[in-house]
Amino acid sequence: MSKPNEMTIADARDALRAGEITSVELTEACLKAIDEAEVLNAVVHKTPDLALEQARAADERIRAGEAPALCGIPLGIKDLFCTRGVNSQAASFILDGFRPEYESTVTQNLFDAGAVMLGKLNMDEFAMGSSNETSHYGPAVNPWKVDGRKLTPGGSSGGSAAAVAADLCLGATGTDTGGSIRQPAAFTGIVGIKPTYGRCSRWGIIAFASSLDQAGPMTKTVRDAAIMLSAMSGHDPKDSTSADIPVPDFEAMLSGDIRGRKIGIPKEYRMEGMPAEIEALWAKGADMLRDAGAEIVDISLPHTKYALPAYYVIAPAEASSNLARYDGVRYGHRARLAEGEGIAEMYEKTRAEGFGAEVKRRVMIGTYVLSAGFYDAYYNRARKVRALIKKDFEDVFAEGVDAILTPATPSAAFGLGEMADADPVQMYLNDVFTVTVNLAGLPGISVPAGLDAQGLPLGLQLIGRPWEEGDLLNVAQALEAAAGFVSRPEKWW
Amino acid sequence: MSIDKDTAAHVARLARIRVEEEDLPALASEFNRILGFIEQLNEVDVEGVEPMVSVTPMRLKRRPDVVTDGNMQEKILSNAPDAREGFFAVPKVVE
Amino acid sequence: MLDLTFDAPKPKVISGATGDWELVIGMEVHAQVASKAKLFSGASTEFGAEPNSNVSFVDAAMPGMLPVINEFCVEQAVRTGLGLKAQINLVSAFDRKNYFYPDLPQGYQISQLYHPIVGEGEVLVEMGPGLARRVRIERIHIEQDAGKSIHDMDPHMSFVDLNRTGVALMEIVSRPDIRGPEEAAAYIAKLRQIMRYLGTCDGNMQNGNLRADVNVSVCRPGDYEKYLETGDFGHLGTRCEIKNMNSMRFIQAAIEYEARRQIAILEDGGTVDQETRLFDPDKGETRSMRSKEEAHDYRYFPCPDLLPLEIEQEWVDAIRDSLPELPDEKKARFITEFGLSDYDASVLTADVEAARFFEKVAEGRDGKMAANWVINELFGRLKKDGLEIGESPIGAERLGAIIELISRGDISGKIAKQVFEIAYTTGREPAEIVETEGLKQVTDTGAIEAAVDEVIAANPAQVEKARENPKLVGWFVGQVMKATGGKANPKAVNETVRARLGL
Repeated sequence: MSKPNEMTIADARDALRAGEITSVELTEACLKAIDEAEVLNAVVHKTPDLALEQARAADERIRAGEAPALCGIPLGIKDLFCTRGVNSQAASFILDGFRPEYESTVTQNLFDAGAVMLGKLNMDEFAMGSSNETSHYGPAVNPWKVDGRKLTPGGSSGGSAAAVAADLCLGATGTDTGGSIRQPAAFTGIVGIKPTYGRCSRWGIIAFASSLDQAGPMTKTVRDAAIMLSAMSGHDPKDSTSADIPVPDFEAMLSGDIRGRKIGIPKEYRMEGMPAEIEALWAKGADMLRDAGAEIVDISLPHTKYALPAYYVIAPAEASSNLARYDGVRYGHRARLAEGEGIAEMYEKTRAEGFGAEVKRRVMIGTYVLSAGFYDAYYNRARKVRALIKKDFEDVFAEGVDAILTPATPSAAFGLGEMADADPVQMYLNDVFTVTVNLAGLPGISVPAGLDAQGLPLGLQLIGRPWEEGDLLNVAQALEAAAGFVSRPEKWW
Repeated sequence: MSIDKDTAAHVARLARIRVEEEDLPALASEFNRILGFIEQLNEVDVEGVEPMVSVTPMRLKRRPDVVTDGNMQEKILSNAPDAREGFFAVPKVVE
Repeated sequence: MLDLTFDAPKPKVISGATGDWELVIGMEVHAQVASKAKLFSGASTEFGAEPNSNVSFVDAAMPGMLPVINEFCVEQAVRTGLGLKAQINLVSAFDRKNYFYPDLPQGYQISQLYHPIVGEGEVLVEMGPGLARRVRIERIHIEQDAGKSIHDMDPHMSFVDLNRTGVALMEIVSRPDIRGPEEAAAYIAKLRQIMRYLGTCDGNMQNGNLRADVNVSVCRPGDYEKYLETGDFGHLGTRCEIKNMNSMRFIQAAIEYEARRQIAILEDGGTVDQETRLFDPDKGETRSMRSKEEAHDYRYFPCPDLLPLEIEQEWVDAIRDSLPELPDEKKARFITEFGLSDYDASVLTADVEAARFFEKVAEGRDGKMAANWVINELFGRLKKDGLEIGESPIGAERLGAIIELISRGDISGKIAKQVFEIAYTTGREPAEIVETEGLKQVTDTGAIEAAVDEVIAANPAQVEKARENPKLVGWFVGQVMKATGGKANPKAVNETVRARLGL
């Protein structure tokens, strides 16, 4: 048997129910792994006391014969989720020391299902970034390593990806606004699913771009993603955009049978300058699905090219407004004022000191595109393009396509600091394959499918029909099985 | 569209983010790079297209007119940088 | 329609050194919805609570908090719209208005700029017999109130209380159709009256539940008509907005001051700057608002936390069916049904409670007499005690009973006033008062004849004089009334005296 912290959620669940292990043992193994992995900087607020308390309560429930799906399973929680009494800072100095008096709906759902929280996980500040380098805590580090270079685990859910890949926890929550679950999952060789917009409540998750943000699980296997997603999901009367749609048992929908499924290959995702390895992996993925009995069809999503620019209008615009509340009045950082300085200086200094460079950049871009005279040219135009992008998907689904296969990222993980001198747009290109899914509100999953020449993991993305995460997970599991990705990062930390 | 130093300063002020004078030219050039990228949107024919209103259309949720919240002054103020006598305190505002 | 019979009043004219000036006024009235909970949170709207106690995490804009709309508030906006004969928009949407202020925790106010729930309507503002101004309503939208900043508790700090943050407001925006300070006050009074009839806003100006931003400009005679003809605002002067007024008296004073200030600038060859101003009631002046000096760019955009608000026509129809009779209609009915004067009908319908009280008193009784008693006796007495109609110690039933006693001839009008006073102060039944106090009018002919005979017998000299001068009959009647303690029926006494004296 592998070490407890290396187990999958499904195996741990079965072992817990069979009495072969206790939640306290599992939790202690994870806490130990966390303590040994300081160098990965994945866990930024440890909560061992809370974890053990929850683990003991879970063991009690299991003994009483009442063990919901995640009962006793130790998880990591992205710092973007507000957790009662525990620092929740969105990896930003402006929320320095912030301890919410409330619990986000998603974490509450997980706790209700018996989950154990090990601590809060690193991320890009306010989820703005693709490398975890915008974090106020410093970057999380990818457990995969090449030539002694420290690599990014991706972002924004980089801490979650690193923690799961390094077996610091059995699964983690992430959030995805433009690819923030799927890109880091691909960079670290794990599974990450962004569900349909409205599937998981946004209540208590620190907002980046409200119309795009969705929470989702990051796990070692597709089955684990299915288990965790069922627990996280559900209608929330406190979130006006949360859908009142029943949550199926996603795990029960994993039949492994994808015969007759129609999988679309969008030609617009074949980008210029795409590394041959990525292209080859993509083709291999299509072959694997075909071999599993699916029908592979070429499709067109004509407005794909405009997704990224539309995203970089809509997301910063919403962010500029969502982040206006960080003003030093009610919580978080407030700048020290000099003699004679007043309220205007308090705002400007607090926000200058509290936000990092990328957050400031996006807040200001968002401010600009919404400002008088530019609203129609930028924001309204972007919303129109967004409508066209959504329609592209609706059209192919109407033609009978069940899922769409694309690469998850344009490259494997890159070295920390390697993009430091690149201009912001270079970094934004990381989201090129993932961002369309957020704009269209669709479910998307990243599945590890192979290694590149350096030995780094690469992922493939599957995009599903709205509300059909069960079907999507089933296709993803078929891909996972066919790819047979079993590589683990060698422990160097 | 080109953003100059003054526009950058104006945007920073609107966003209530202090930017030092010497940092403005670099900020303006970053803005220009990003806006240049965004301006690809002008290539799209959006004639007759309605702007997206909500990505997952549904009926807006409503709640009944019942008091279900509040009465927790301490919790509201617990994270405040400066709270006095039940209020949030801020540097004097002149109207 | 009844209101077609009104003429438009003359606009207020101020004579300047260079000629006459007219006033043009538009208003944005903020009416607090009479709801128990806030627009987007479950915190209470109660006034006067401990600071920051009627506050939820949503109101304090804690990270990750989201709005969910209070349906009752939507219904009140629709109701108000229907009361102002306005277009109801079945699809409306919420936008964020972004600006920084310590009492605006989100950094934006959720409002409705692009798609308000209520479109065009109108209000008829009566300015005297046969005179009324028709004020066009441009729109009504729903929005969140801000909190309260207190600047005088500490020399260096402002204190912020979020109790009011997120309370639902209806912003009622008029066209610039108001032409003088008195009209402005009358317009607000009319809106207040209608909303109190509808029950959508309590109209309490002192608590800030009803307040107005007033846009004032001046123009030369004839310019306003050109604006009406063309819709071109260029014919009107530059306007200044006086913020947050919550007293009718101050609104009038502020408009008057502001108009004269603008005229002085214009006559001096200057130009009026479009700006936001504050009224200082102590000085009676308006001054430019420092905090609003910076040109505002609110960066409105659709609130991504909410979906468009779609309402159903059947729902609107059901609300329409539940509307009460409104002031204009009620007044017209009082005039025709009870034969009241225009003035009395106005007084009685000014307040919905008073109108309701009057109707109870008048039901099945003499309407005119009921109006007299309610207006002259009851209102007068209440005013003396500083009471509202809802606090009246005497109910409509008892006041009605007094009127019945008069109508039946059981008591005279004079005695009735005594009965009213006793009933008002003690809460006793009028009939019981009359009985117990022996105030019942004497109509027994025998008793009256005996009393008359006694007075005639005791005053032979007066009898002689009266035969010469019949006007002296009154003196005999007075003596008889005195002798009977005012209880004799004056008409019967009069007739008996005349008969006995052979007149």
